[in-house]
Amino acid sequence: MRLLAWFRSVAAKFFSRSRAAVELEEELRSHIQLRGDDLQRSGLSSAEAERRARIEFGAYQKHKEESHEALGGNFIETFIQDVRYSLRVLRKSPGFLVAAVATLTLAIGANAVVFGIMDGLVLRLLNVPQAESLYGTEYGADPGFQSYPNYLDLRDRNHSFEDLAAFKMVFTGLNTGSNPVSSAGYATTGNYFDVLRLHPYLGRFFTSADERGPNSAPFMVLTWAFWHSHFQDDRTVIGRIVELDKHPFTIIGVAPPGFHGTLLFVSPDFFMPIVNQQQVDGENLLDARGSTQGIFEAFGHLKPRVTLAQATADANSVGAYLAKTHPKEFGQKSVLLGRTGLASFDGNVREFTAALMLLAGLILLAACANLGGLFAARAAERSREVALRLALGSSRARILRQLLIEAVLISIVGGAAGLAGSVVLLRQISLWQPFPGAALHLPVEPDAKIYVFALAMALVSGFLFGIVPVRQVLRADPWEIVKAGSSARLGRRVTVRDVLLGLQIAICAVLVTSSMVAVRGLLRSLHGNFGFEPRNVMLVSNNLAMAGYSGDQVPAMQKRMIAAIETIPGVASVGLVNNYPPLVYTAAFRARVFRETTADLKPSNAAANPFGYAVSPQYFQAAGTGLLAGRDFTWDDNKDAPRVAVVNREFAGAIFGSPSGALGRYFKLQDGTRVQIVGVVENGKYLSLTEDQAPAFFLPFLQAPAVQSFLLVRSNRDPQQLTAAIRNKLSGLDAGLPTQIDTWNNFLDVVMFPARVATMALGVMGLMGAMLSITGIFGMAAYSVSKRLRELGIRIALGAQRTEVLGTALGRALKLLAIGSAAGLVLGLLAARVLASIVYGATPRDPFVMGGVVVAMSLLGLVATWIPAQRALSLDPLILLREE
Amino acid sequence: MPGEAQLLPGTLDLLILKAVSLGPLHGYGVLLRIGQISGEALLIEQGALYPALFRLVRQGLLKASWGTSDNNRRAKFYELTAAGRRRFREETEGWNRLARAMTSALAAEPEEI
Repeated sequence: MRLLAWFRSVAAKFFSRSRAAVELEEELRSHIQLRGDDLQRSGLSSAEAERRARIEFGAYQKHKEESHEALGGNFIETFIQDVRYSLRVLRKSPGFLVAAVATLTLAIGANAVVFGIMDGLVLRLLNVPQAESLYGTEYGADPGFQSYPNYLDLRDRNHSFEDLAAFKMVFTGLNTGSNPVSSAGYATTGNYFDVLRLHPYLGRFFTSADERGPNSAPFMVLTWAFWHSHFQDDRTVIGRIVELDKHPFTIIGVAPPGFHGTLLFVSPDFFMPIVNQQQVDGENLLDARGSTQGIFEAFGHLKPRVTLAQATADANSVGAYLAKTHPKEFGQKSVLLGRTGLASFDGNVREFTAALMLLAGLILLAACANLGGLFAARAAERSREVALRLALGSSRARILRQLLIEAVLISIVGGAAGLAGSVVLLRQISLWQPFPGAALHLPVEPDAKIYVFALAMALVSGFLFGIVPVRQVLRADPWEIVKAGSSARLGRRVTVRDVLLGLQIAICAVLVTSSMVAVRGLLRSLHGNFGFEPRNVMLVSNNLAMAGYSGDQVPAMQKRMIAAIETIPGVASVGLVNNYPPLVYTAAFRARVFRETTADLKPSNAAANPFGYAVSPQYFQAAGTGLLAGRDFTWDDNKDAPRVAVVNREFAGAIFGSPSGALGRYFKLQDGTRVQIVGVVENGKYLSLTEDQAPAFFLPFLQAPAVQSFLLVRSNRDPQQLTAAIRNKLSGLDAGLPTQIDTWNNFLDVVMFPARVATMALGVMGLMGAMLSITGIFGMAAYSVSKRLRELGIRIALGAQRTEVLGTALGRALKLLAIGSAAGLVLGLLAARVLASIVYGATPRDPFVMGGVVVAMSLLGLVATWIPAQRALSLDPLILLREE
Repeated sequence: MPGEAQLLPGTLDLLILKAVSLGPLHGYGVLLRIGQISGEALLIEQGALYPALFRLVRQGLLKASWGTSDNNRRAKFYELTAAGRRRFREETEGWNRLARAMTSALAAEPEEI
C-alpha cells in the first residue's frame, strides 16, 4: 500500500508538473515586481526599476532550476527527460541497438533457462508440506537400506526421524477393462502419505493400519495426473476394482494435483502398498535382506533440532549394527542422507547444473564485456556531444546518469526478450517426453523466481557495461575535445576496451573448447565399442507377471516366444535376457561372487562385484557380443543340468588371470552355488557409458528364471515391419501380454540422455560464445578502422601496401584474438576434465579438439574482421583527406 | 562593503525560520525582514532565497498560501508550522550553544590555560 501511495504521489507530481512550474514562475515574478515597486518608490523609472530588480535577483534560470529541484519533482522529471533523450539517441543508431539487444537476449535467455533448470531440479523442494526437513537414504549398489527388512530395522532403531517411509518402483500391467497396459507405480510403505503429510484429493490414502502381512492390502491410490488422463476426472472411480498383473486392486483414493511422487524425474501413475509387492514383482522381497531391489529410498522428516550430520551418524550406527548381525546380507559401508527426491541423483545433477550455470554466467560476462566495449566506443565517438553538454553547464553526474539509463534501457529490453524466450523454452522442457514408456517428469515450469532472476541479471549487466565508459566521461576535458575533434589521440597503450575484448575472446574460446570436447566425446561414445552391437536389433520388453504367468510357466512361455519369433522371415537370431539388457534404462544387477575356496561368504570376502545377467542360448549372437573362448549356452543348460556360466574377459582376468585360464574353473554365488565357467566373452559397457571396465557374468536363463525379460531380435528388416510381425506372433501366443517394442538404439537413449543433454547444452553455449566473439571482434575492428580513417588515408597516400594497411587497421584486434584464444584454449582444456565425468570419451588431450578450436577461432576472426578490412582497403585517401 | 558578513552554510534556513516566526511573510518580505533584523549586515542573493524556502516547505517546517501584498500585488505568504516552530526553537538553542562556545574559545587568554 505504501508503494502505491508513493507511486501516486510521484504520478501526481509528474502530472501537476506544469501547475507547479507555473506557480513557481509566478512567485519569482511577483518577487521581482515587489522589488521593482520598492525601487520605483525610491525614484527610479519603471523600466530602470525592473532592470535593477532583475539584476539583483541574480541568475534567474539557475535559481528556478534549483527551486524546482527543492520542490522535489525534479528527479523524476529529469529522469524522464533522460529516458526520452536516451530513447531518441538509441533510435538514431538502430544497428547498435539491435546488436546490443540481441546479444543480451541470448545471454540473459541462456542464464534464465539454466537458472530455471537449476531451480526446478536442484533448488526447488518436493511439492509437499515442510519439504525442507525431508531427508532420505541414497540409493547404492550394495544391499544396505535397499532391502525391506533392513528398512524396517532402520525405521525402528533410528532416533533421528519422526517416522520413516519407503518406496520402490513397480512396473505392472494395469487392466482397467479389456487388455492390460504397461504402467509404472510406486509400491510404498503404509505410512508413506502420513510421513509426507499429504491429504487425498479424493477418497482416502492407505495407512500403516492397512498392512497386515504379505498381500493383505490390495489397494491403490492414483496420481491426480493419471486419474485426469485415464479416468477423465471420474469421481466414481473410488471403489472400482482394477487388475495389476492379473491381481485385483481397489482404487481407494486420488493424490493431490501437485504431487508427482517422491522421485524428481519419474512421475508414477499410482501408489500401492509395498506389502503387496509380490503380486506385481513376482518374487517376495519383503524377507529378502540381501536384496538390492526391495527399497529405492527410505525417507522421513528429521526430528526438530536434529542435524543432518547427526541423522547420518545415527543411520550409520544402525548400519553398523546390521552389518554385525547380518554379515552375509548387509554390505553397505556408510549411508549418505540426501534431500528426498534427489537422493540418488543429487551429486551429478547438482554438479552439472552448477557447471552449466557457471558457463551461462561466463556467457553473460562475455556479453557484458562485448557491450561494454561497444559503449566505450560509442562514448568516445560521442565525446564531442559530451563536451558540448559539459560546456553548456550540464553536470557530469547528469551525463553519466543518461549513459547508464541508455545501458539499462537496452539491458531491460534484452532481458525481457531473453526471459520471454526462456519461458517458452522451459515450458517445452517441462513437457518433454524423450523416452517412450518412461514417464519423465522435469519440474522446470517457470515461476516468479525466474522473473526476478532475469530482471536482476538485466539490471546488473546493464550497470556492468554501462559503467565501462564512466572513466572516459569523467576525464573528458570539454575544451580539448571541442578544439581538437573526437579523433584527438590514439594511444599505443592497452585500454580498458582491449582488456575487455581479450577477456571476452578468452571466455568464448573456453566455451568453444568445452563444446567441442563434449561433441567429440558424444560422437565417440555413439560409435564406441559397447561389447555388443545395438544396430539392427529390436528389443521386446515384456513382463510375464503382467499376464499372470508364474513358476515353471515362465521359462516355458519365454521359450515359446523365442521359437515363435525365430520363424519370422529375415530374423537372423533371437536371444533373451532377464530384467534389462546392458545399457537399457541404466538398470543393472550387481552380484557378489566368491572364489571356489572361500567358505565364509561374507561381503568382505567377495572376489568381485560383477554385473550379473541371465540369458538364453543365442543371446550373444543376437547381441553381437563376441565369444572369445569356450562355448555358448545351449537349451540343455536347464535347471537339471550342472550350473554353468559365461564370464567376460575382465571377470576372467580379475579372478583367474587370463581368459583361457578361466575355462572349466569354478566360482561361487552369494547363495553358495558352485558355477563352472564354460565360456568367455568380450568386455562391454553395462550400466553407463562412463563406467570403468567392470567384470560381468552370464547365467543360463533356464537356471535363473525371472518374469521380466527382454527379447533381442537381430534382423536387417525394416523396424516397423518387424515390430508388426513380432506383435503378431506374440499376440498369437497370448493376446493379453503387454509388450514394448523398439530398437536397441532407441532404448539406449536413456543412457545417452545425460551425455546428449550435456552436449546439446554445451553446443548451444559454444555457439553463443562464437557469436559473441564475432560481434566483439567486429565491433572492435570496425571501430578501430573508423577511428583511424585519416591515418590510414595518409598511409595509403604515402604508398603503404595492402598488408601494411591491414596490419595497421586490424593488427590489434587480431593480436587480441590470438592472445584471448590461447588463454581460452588452455582454460577450456582444464575445464574439459570436469566434462569427462559426464560425457563418455571426453578427453581434452585430443589433437582434433585442439586443431578444431584453433581453426574455429581463426575462422571467427576472419569472419568478424572481413567487413572492416574491406572498408580499410577501399579507402580513397583523396576523398578522406579533403573531408577532414 | 564593510560591515557585511558571509553567511555560514546552513544559517540561511535558521534566518528564514526566524524571519517568518515574527509573522507571515512573502519571499521578498523575508529578505527585507532578514535585512532589517540583522542591521543590513547579512547579504543574501535574492534568487537564492527561493530554493531554501521550498526546501523548508518540503520539510514541512513552513506552509505557503497565496495572498495579497501591502501594495496589492499577488504574492505567496509563508508561515511556520508546528514542526517549524519546534525546529526553530531547537536550532536557536543549538546556535546559541555554538556561539557561546565559539565566543569563549576565541576569547581565551594564555593565562587561563
